[in-house]
Amino acid sequence: MSEGSAADAGDAPDGPWTGRGRDGRRTAELVGVGVTGAVAAGMIGFLLLYWAQDLPVASELYAAFRALGRGMDAAFGTNVFRHPIMWQSMAVGVLVGVVAPLVGAFLVHREMALIGETLAHTAFAGVAVGILVTSSTGWNGSLLLVALGVGVLGALAVQRLTERTDAYGDVPIAIMLSGSFAVGTLIISYGDGLTGVNIQGYLFGNLAVVTPEGARLMGALSLIVVGGVALTYKQLLFITFDEQAARVAQLNVTGYNTLLVVLTAVVVVGAMQVLGVILVAAMLVVPVAAASQVARSFRETMYLGVIFGQLSVLGGFAVSIGFGLPSGGSIVVTAIAVYLASVVGSGSAATAISTHG
Amino acid sequence: MSAIVDLDGVTFAYGDTVAVRDVSLTVEAGDFLGLVGPNGSGKTTLLHLMLGLHEADEGSVELFGRPIEEFDDGGRIGYVSQKATSRGGAMPVTVRECVTMGRFAHAGRGRLSKADRAAVAEAIETVGIGGLADRLVSELSGGQKQRAYIARALASDADLLALDEPTVGVDAESRDAFYALLDELSDGGITIILIEHDIGVVTDRADRIACINTELYHHGDTESFVESDALAEAYGATGQVVHHHH
Repeated sequence: MSEGSAADAGDAPDGPWTGRGRDGRRTAELVGVGVTGAVAAGMIGFLLLYWAQDLPVASELYAAFRALGRGMDAAFGTNVFRHPIMWQSMAVGVLVGVVAPLVGAFLVHREMALIGETLAHTAFAGVAVGILVTSSTGWNGSLLLVALGVGVLGALAVQRLTERTDAYGDVPIAIMLSGSFAVGTLIISYGDGLTGVNIQGYLFGNLAVVTPEGARLMGALSLIVVGGVALTYKQLLFITFDEQAARVAQLNVTGYNTLLVVLTAVVVVGAMQVLGVILVAAMLVVPVAAASQVARSFRETMYLGVIFGQLSVLGGFAVSIGFGLPSGGSIVVTAIAVYLASVVGSGSAATAISTHG
Repeated sequence: MSAIVDLDGVTFAYGDTVAVRDVSLTVEAGDFLGLVGPNGSGKTTLLHLMLGLHEADEGSVELFGRPIEEFDDGGRIGYVSQKATSRGGAMPVTVRECVTMGRFAHAGRGRLSKADRAAVAEAIETVGIGGLADRLVSELSGGQKQRAYIARALASDADLLALDEPTVGVDAESRDAFYALLDELSDGGITIILIEHDIGVVTDRADRIACINTELYHHGDTESFVESDALAEAYGATGQVVHHHH
């Protein structure tokens, strides 16, 4: 046991993550995750209230909520919070900030970041198909439901492709990415003028794109994603960390991989409303990358990813509302600012360790 | 003594390239088997066939007395792949989290029990890295990383430890300490299959040797291997001259 205990215990970092420092850190994380969870639950509550506003009990609560919004506008000098449609968009954003890093933590560390981007483009083809279906049949279903269906099919196709090529080889993925986007543009050109759907909103993200059905769908999808990740956390972690050993341990690796890409498609379709097709993958990747810089365990990566994701969304909304800019770009730029801050932060933490050592 | 691994006439090819041809061998409970052969001789492929990571084109594989297709008790095998230990992965996973994965084959969907946590703590102590439980695996030295992976196998109560070149990139002193740990585990009754390119290390430690170069050149106890010509035959009759440039 020569290299084991004694020598190594000596150079274990006595920096901010041992003893009381680590306990404090854990408490801060739990508080952050708790606040984020409460905000997300509140947003789902709002979506339910908005849905049920004509029911007797809900209508009073809803009126109180509107009054609160007007009060916030008066306090901040804005003309935002009095509009339910803005709350609806913010609800979608907050939920994206929770679920995207949850799924992204596994994608990033499996080096599958490109998959999220690909599924976003597949979902764009889905939106195009949805527009075509809606305009040619007069069916008044949600575009996003069609996009979700196409996105999930795309996810299964990506999964098959990667299994066949025996690795997450990026050539078939790249073909699928641009191919589905190409199909989407063709369909949209074909159906041009048939509907008044704001296609730019789906490309670049727009708070005004969010419909009540879209927001409710996001609420439901979020519950599915959080539940799915919570139930399969251990297996996904094992497969992400050491896929071969997980196979030897008789985990159903193909099954969990499929689940992961399907959950990714679900997140992407929900997030597309406020982030846009082109930027949606950023929320899967950037908060997790930021968290990985400073996290001292995988669990912490998930917690910090969600917290950083939330900061990015709320900060991005503030920029978007304050300067009248598109929400997608604002959120992503904020996320990258958080990432850069964490790089700087981890750099100074590393210096602190080495000076201790 | 019962067979842990039983290969019968196993052949496997990558496309047209045969990697393993007609190999039959048995690993008994308690064996410490060294798997040797030149680079590209099919050692890793053979190990993958034993563990069900590859499916044999011909022949049959049994694990713990069951055909590999029906084997479902993954907790009995602790596997440390070459990839796992050599990659510099930046994924933030602590030693404790890594070792806990050894319990996942048993725990199913539910939360980990107290007994699971105790098994994890015990495994980390056994391999002598108790002080490093909350450190990130990516920050450990090569030798410490190996110990973490071995602890993961121990935590799963594995009967079989399968190690693919575990000491690549590990300094000589840590390597000796690591093999001393394997000796202890072997003495404790665990079955070990070890791929190792350093033949001296294998013949010192293993009690049985399988020497392959696509085909099986030798399978038997270590003494008979040392006395046989299997090594020369498997590595090419003329042997390999290594030039050192200064």
